[in-house]
Amino acid sequence: MSDRSRRDILAIGAGTAALALFGTPGSVSATPEEAAAALAEFTGGKPTVKGKIAIDLPEIAENGNTVPLGIKVDSPMTADDHVTDILVLAAANPRVDLAVFHLSPMSGRAEVATRIRLAATEDVTVLAKTSKGVVLQEQKPVKVTIGGCGG
Amino acid sequence: MVDRPRIRVPAEAKKGEVVEIKTLISHPMETGLRKDADGKLIPKKIINKFTCAFNGKPVFSVDLGQGIAANPYLQFTARVEESGTFRFSWFDDDGTVITADEEIKVT
Repeated sequence: MSDRSRRDILAIGAGTAALALFGTPGSVSATPEEAAAALAEFTGGKPTVKGKIAIDLPEIAENGNTVPLGIKVDSPMTADDHVTDILVLAAANPRVDLAVFHLSPMSGRAEVATRIRLAATEDVTVLAKTSKGVVLQEQKPVKVTIGGCGG
Repeated sequence: MVDRPRIRVPAEAKKGEVVEIKTLISHPMETGLRKDADGKLIPKKIINKFTCAFNGKPVFSVDLGQGIAANPYLQFTARVEESGTFRFSWFDDDGTVITADEEIKVT
């Protein structure tokens, strides 16, 4: 009996720790509607083109607190035809939109890298807009062992 | 207070070369979703914007959200046509702006 109550206390402790990490249960994950809205806002409802973006992400992220992300977009990056914006979305994060990169012809190449937080095993979606009005899209799943707080 | 950001820009480049730039700044990127030991929400405090300009002309910028990891690392490229100075700026939620300059010699 005493052993069991000790276990209960441990369980409560673990639960509290999880809450401390992720905030309130309600805020752990964004809704699919929020993800769709963020995507639609960026694309303006246009159909997206696949196959032009290379996403560099680990297949398995042991720690969701810091996951290296590299993005390369196949673009000539001339004054006429260049990538203007790159949006990174993670649908299972509390906040869907992680970052927006703004590029210019002076960027030379459409290559960026950063480190992101992922709350859970989820797809990372990358969208890129070009000066010609084309919207590119690609996504990559990441298995997350320990979720990053907040995100 | 925030430490001086770490920046890597090549000291020299050829005219028209595309150089790789790496920056890192110490910052907790507090999401506003975590609670402290007393169960109170820790207020949001992140670097929400980063900009890079070369000789006064904007080259690259980022709008950062809570989904960017602590001590935000940013890597990007820039084409240089002349010698000059890169100016990097980080904008904190609290209104603080941290700036740093790096020179590059173009031959």
